[in-house]
Amino acid sequence: MSELKLMKGNEALAEAAIRAGVDAYFGYPITPQSEVIEHLMAERPEERTGMIVLQAESEIAAINMVYGAASTGKKVMTSSSSPGISLKLEGISYLAGAELPAVIVNVVRGGPGLGTIQPSQADYFQSVKGGGHGDYKLYVLAPASVQEMSDFVEDAFDIAFKYRAPVLILSDGLIGQMMEKVYLKDQQERISDEEVIKKYGGWAVTGKTDRKRNIITSLDLQSEKMEARVHRLLKKYAQMEKEDLRFEKISCDDAEYLFVAYGSSARIAQKAVELARKKGIKAGLLRPITLFPFPKQQLFELADQVKGILSVELNAGQMVEDVRLSVEHKVAVEHFGRTGGIIHTPEEVLEALEEKIIHNERIGDYKTRESSIL
Amino acid sequence: MNVSEIIKPENQVFCKTKLMTDATLSYCPGCGHGTAHNLTMEVIDEMGIVADTIGVAPVGCSVLAYDFMNIDMTQAAHGRAPAVATAISRLWPNKYVFTYQGDGDLAAIGTAETIHACNRGENIVVIFVNNGIYGMTGGQMAPTTLSGMPTSTSPYGRDVKTMGSPIKMTELVANLPGVYFATRHAVHTHKHARKAKKAIQKAFENTRLKKGVSFVEIVSNCNSGWKMTPLESNQWMVDNMFPYYPLGDIKVDGVLK
Ligand SMILES: Cc1ncc(C[n+]2csc(CCOP(=O)(O)OP(=O)(O)O)c2C)c(N)n1
Repeated sequence: MSELKLMKGNEALAEAAIRAGVDAYFGYPITPQSEVIEHLMAERPEERTGMIVLQAESEIAAINMVYGAASTGKKVMTSSSSPGISLKLEGISYLAGAELPAVIVNVVRGGPGLGTIQPSQADYFQSVKGGGHGDYKLYVLAPASVQEMSDFVEDAFDIAFKYRAPVLILSDGLIGQMMEKVYLKDQQERISDEEVIKKYGGWAVTGKTDRKRNIITSLDLQSEKMEARVHRLLKKYAQMEKEDLRFEKISCDDAEYLFVAYGSSARIAQKAVELARKKGIKAGLLRPITLFPFPKQQLFELADQVKGILSVELNAGQMVEDVRLSVEHKVAVEHFGRTGGIIHTPEEVLEALEEKIIHNERIGDYKTRESSIL
Repeated sequence: MNVSEIIKPENQVFCKTKLMTDATLSYCPGCGHGTAHNLTMEVIDEMGIVADTIGVAPVGCSVLAYDFMNIDMTQAAHGRAPAVATAISRLWPNKYVFTYQGDGDLAAIGTAETIHACNRGENIVVIFVNNGIYGMTGGQMAPTTLSGMPTSTSPYGRDVKTMGSPIKMTELVANLPGVYFATRHAVHTHKHARKAKKAIQKAFENTRLKKGVSFVEIVSNCNSGWKMTPLESNQWMVDNMFPYYPLGDIKVDGVLK
């Protein structure tokens, strides 16, 4: 059973959080994601499910509330947009270091600085290359529809608790603000306090009974212990790569040219594939659904099949670096993307494929090649 | 009479605090942190609430409080203990949640979290150890450093014209309606420690009654940071800290003194 609704991406995510039985949300308003906390407050989740929703004094406070809540073994999330996520990064690093499950949502806007409130994908590096300090990674899910804004909430918590690690839903202003139909899942009950203690009493702070005391910390003053902690994290990340990589291949079977795009750009690139095929160009699309883990192997294999790859991103060229690393110079890889909140059209994307890949005679010559940035 | 005949519960006049672990304290000899730890643990033990208590350790000398306190604890980022405690208390509303913080943690980097947790009236206890200096990082100036007091980042003494005046955090938060109890104590003598313990006990009682924030400041010494012997530092504290940070209740049962 599910309920069909017309909703904004941000609202669908908030509603999904209530229905997934999330225990707490802590956030601070920022465009273009304020609908998340607004929807939560309007829905009186404390009455509906007992979910705690609190407007914090800052993103820093909010992420540290997430850290505190996660240390109790309960399901907790926060959301923000780019400048706010920058403020949260110390806390996110602590969550990773202390091995706490939590879900963070970034509805990305253009930067750097205060930037713009328009959609962007310029936080790719920040999301997949650490962002905060230290040797850690986030499992990163990139929704490309309002439906996925809703579905990924539960998926994100599954991963967060499977690995005891923070998970990032990397959306953008386009997916967050647009309205689409969405099938909402049925209400799940929140986990009871007794169940929390039974399931997570081995590590969570629930009050010391006759068991050993539980301590949540990311501190190891002894180097050997700290290295052991880092190795424990690395093992999780390796397992994520093995077991929880997600991607979608569209028209790839006979493709001679490949777009790589995630989130809102994937929606646009998918249309560009259709336009290309109408013109007789055999284009395909690889859509990473997780940005970490990244579909490295799939790209490595596709590189043997296609003549060139265009990484389509709403930024100045970020994911393109990972695409290049994945194909290991087997085939030319170029970037196309608009910045500043401008959203490229499918026509522009196809044009870029023709110009930068198909008709680019200098493509194989790295010395004379144009810079990949617009 | 031999020794084993003397060692009987009824003859015992003193023992190690039950809820303190056997780990060697990482504090400098003479530092007040150890006593403040002991008192807090004694109160929790005597109230029989250990199974319902969660502590939040700060960043500062007491970052390793969880090594010494035999209770469930979460270690917070520098200054964020009140935000961490807010969430723990919201998610375990029937538990006793306390933060244990230094003055740099609580009154500099974490000022916003302190004020807003107090303003929301979170049902928590804040134990605030004010030693007028950043102990852990080697004696730099704190927001609470006294006027004229030399530190490694104010080597010629704190100049209030350019460095601001020492902040009286307890008076400041006492003005917020969410704060039910605000009091200032010391732990350098038995008499003071006994009073401080009573205040900590009252603070945890307030949590039981869901009264909001109980804010217990402990003015303490930092003999290493102040570059004095423990005895000298205690005397210096009495002579210089107490006049500026007077001991006693500031707000009791929601009423300003
Ligand atoms: C974000 C951040 N900034 C700075 C530090 C360095 N640091 C660690 S403890 C500390 C000061 C602690 O002083 P206080 O809170 O007064 O506690 P004390 O050590 O005196 O007990 C500082 C600045 C840090 N760990 N994290």
